[in-house]
Amino acid sequence: MMKGKEPTPQEIKEQRIYAEWGLTDEEYRMIEQDILKRMPNYTETGLFSVMWSEHCSYKNSKPVLRKFPTSGPQVIQGPGEGAGIVDIGDGQAVVFKAESHNHPSAVEPYEGAATGVGGIIRDIFSMGARPIAILDSLRFGELTNQRTNYLLEEIVAGISGYGNCIGIPTVGGEIAFDPCYEDNPLVNAMCVGLIDHKDIQKGQAKGVGNVVMYVGAKTGRDGIHGATFASEEFVAGEEQQRSAVQVGDPFMEKLLLEACLELILEHADILVGIQDMGAAGLVSSSAEMASKAGSGLILELDNVPQRETGMTPYEMMLSESQERMLICVEKGHEAEVVALFKKYELDAVSIGIVTDDGLYRLNHNGVEVANLPVDALAEDAPVYNKERKVPARIENFEKQADFHPNILNGTETLLRLLQQPTIASKKMIYETYDAQVRTNTVVLPGSDAAVLRVRGTKKALAMTTDCNARYLYLNPEIGGQIAVAEAARNIVASGGQPLAITDCLNYGSPDKPEGFWELWTSADGIAKACEVLETPVISGNVSLYNETNGKAIYPTPVIGMVGLITDLSHITTQEFKHAGDLIYLIGETKADFNGSELQKMMLGFIEGKLMDFDLSIEKDIQQFVLTAIKAGVIESAHDCSEGGLAIALVESAFKNEFGMDVAVDTPTALLFSETQSRFIVSIRPDNQALLEEMSQRNAQFLGKVTDTGVIEIQTNDQKISIMTQKAKELWEEAIPCLMK
Amino acid sequence: MRFAVLVFPGSNCDMDLLWAVKDILGEEAEYVRHDADSLAGFDGVLIPGGFSYGDYLRCGAIARFSKVISEVIRLADEGKPIFGTCNGFQILTEAGLLPGALLRNESLHFVCKTTRLKVANNQTNFTSEYQENEVIELPVAHGEGNYYCDDATLKQLKENQQIVFTYADENPNGSLANIAGIINEKGNVLGMMPHPERAVERLLGSDDGLRFFKSIVKNYGKSRADA
Repeated sequence: MMKGKEPTPQEIKEQRIYAEWGLTDEEYRMIEQDILKRMPNYTETGLFSVMWSEHCSYKNSKPVLRKFPTSGPQVIQGPGEGAGIVDIGDGQAVVFKAESHNHPSAVEPYEGAATGVGGIIRDIFSMGARPIAILDSLRFGELTNQRTNYLLEEIVAGISGYGNCIGIPTVGGEIAFDPCYEDNPLVNAMCVGLIDHKDIQKGQAKGVGNVVMYVGAKTGRDGIHGATFASEEFVAGEEQQRSAVQVGDPFMEKLLLEACLELILEHADILVGIQDMGAAGLVSSSAEMASKAGSGLILELDNVPQRETGMTPYEMMLSESQERMLICVEKGHEAEVVALFKKYELDAVSIGIVTDDGLYRLNHNGVEVANLPVDALAEDAPVYNKERKVPARIENFEKQADFHPNILNGTETLLRLLQQPTIASKKMIYETYDAQVRTNTVVLPGSDAAVLRVRGTKKALAMTTDCNARYLYLNPEIGGQIAVAEAARNIVASGGQPLAITDCLNYGSPDKPEGFWELWTSADGIAKACEVLETPVISGNVSLYNETNGKAIYPTPVIGMVGLITDLSHITTQEFKHAGDLIYLIGETKADFNGSELQKMMLGFIEGKLMDFDLSIEKDIQQFVLTAIKAGVIESAHDCSEGGLAIALVESAFKNEFGMDVAVDTPTALLFSETQSRFIVSIRPDNQALLEEMSQRNAQFLGKVTDTGVIEIQTNDQKISIMTQKAKELWEEAIPCLMK
Repeated sequence: MRFAVLVFPGSNCDMDLLWAVKDILGEEAEYVRHDADSLAGFDGVLIPGGFSYGDYLRCGAIARFSKVISEVIRLADEGKPIFGTCNGFQILTEAGLLPGALLRNESLHFVCKTTRLKVANNQTNFTSEYQENEVIELPVAHGEGNYYCDDATLKQLKENQQIVFTYADENPNGSLANIAGIINEKGNVLGMMPHPERAVERLLGSDDGLRFFKSIVKNYGKSRADA
């Protein structure tokens, strides 16, 4: 890059080179005058620029994140470590986190998505957990241009390529399409792991004289300044920074995973701490490990395994080469670690020692190339309270008259809705993911939540990701509440008790007051829902600056949730099980069309005041459904979401190609309303009295499952009638057809 | 019966095979690393799916040079049952223990789904617990499962009834003659793309794979009794 010709501290200051790396004049002043009391050199400026980027420091989002409830009796580890941890009884715990890889995926979709998966897996096993499942939440523009089709194809291939090879099942997730994501696709990956309490690790470097070791792949020049890149928006005409994207090697990560787990499980006595080298690579992992423990560090950069020759300290520290971990080991035990990793044909090299002076010092070629307080890089990064302003659109939406669709032909509307890409079957995509490897997946992709059994116990885990960003676009606060509630509804429909959430907060630029208001306000909604539903936030990540040419994505806080199923017999799926079973709607339906799939389909856009939403009703309805499932009353359960009651009903019929005979005493349009807090359930006829008694008037009888293969829905103005097989075919073929 | 479950760098269905034969079937099974010198004391070998050596170069092409493979060949020569699923099948073709090769799926995409398979030959030590032409359901999960061989080999496979499993309706990878699994002439080395070890519990959707492993164990017991 700049070998031998690095700018001097004076040049960095005078030519404002720091500004090119994302540091503001004020931040530079703080570094020079408050922290170092001298001008930072080239390497030091680089360290600050990445560590103080939004991606690493959360400098813009910290005040927002403080709103979230993060504790609860079930929480073992909240935000701050590689991933959060929740107790599931019997000395076991579930570890999970979601992370975005949006910017890299927009530029280099295959590798961007693949390394997003690789990174989140490392976060999980760095805690000492065995990764058991991957989920992914994706957003794209409309499937009407080749670029979007290419992005979808490559991003899905990247996820499948990495997850399949490393042998962790990709079990669920969601995909939605809206024009606002055309230039800013979202790639959020979530990983779930399982751990025994006794094996939980921390990312810390402590104990004077203990050794910091580098394990895994060698360091190259890839991904330099990736964290800074992720903290900027795209501008047309500017060259996109392909060199800031890393390249993944899932085979290497498989070896690293097995080696690290062997170290953790069988050599706990010599292991002090372990952390993934993720965003901002070596500097971030080492500074955080020292800062968390209140230690200092001296790193000998000549010892860092390098893939390329002549790398400078700046390049080594900022590289985001993949499949690397940093560990801290008790002094004198380095040889054991080297031998263990050699068994997996991996490098393990001592690159530094722990000190107690709180200083972060780097040596290279016999010269000290950086010397600064470690807390200045990690804990003491600046925090900003950005300006907030209600966007004009929100005020307009509040004043608008409600959208009242006129449905002339309910059958045709239903068939068209089934083919909207956001509703259509994602089978073509999830069939490219190995969802079964390690033989624990009880509920495969396609139902409300994925379910994995916990081997050797009666327990299972339900997991899902959710966010209807259209609702947030109309009203970030209520939309934020709904995102959490819908995730919980999916867990409950599968028979699980929601435990906690992780979140990926995907937003536009926080430098615009309207953008920051969206982030701020939706966090209020998420926080409120987490409190009411008792699902604290245990981990997550923030991805800001998702905008191109000044146009931002919808506020998209993807919620990843895990729930506990206490007995395998409670596992419930969405599909109807037997002809003759009775179909009930749980929850009340109102005329809620603003922001709905129907509005989008009919108008081509969404607008208006978002529906009212009551978290206490939501909680009651969820509790009732879960109680009924646990009592063995429920045969199938499915939450009503995009497309409303009609879509939920036909989706329930698809898998086993049943028919149904349903009647509702409402206008046809209401079949497509997206009122929240609703489930479709089916029951055996002999449970009818019991269900009605348990439901306390929340359950509305709709009709019966039939073996005719015909879906018949009578409303008070029309009768919908379609062959199940035909509807299913249209639903399954919609995306493959658009991809051709 | 005592099985060796081979583990190559990048194997990822090793645990599933061990679980199937040990915990579900109650037989003895142990992991054996790719660099092991000996398979002495084992009655059969199970080669798991996964991405040995990252599938770099070509699926199974590097694993085939592992130290343990010479021992697998020795056991095969002794007539002991050798089974490879998915990447295991690929390794067996690369090692020359089975004819033909596995090409990229016709769709060029990885595919994970449950397939319907016809048991085309139930007169083998791996399939005797199935009915002739019985249709069973087993999952597949692979990117390169498109079986191919030349005409002469195909003719031979047919004549010797070496085609053991075929895809019953939908062929997920475009394989020649809908081939899903084949056996060697001697009848003790079987490779297939589908995963019987993923179908040994009703909880996970199908237990049609159970009888595959039961056949191996039962016939091994028989051969010992005969000897």
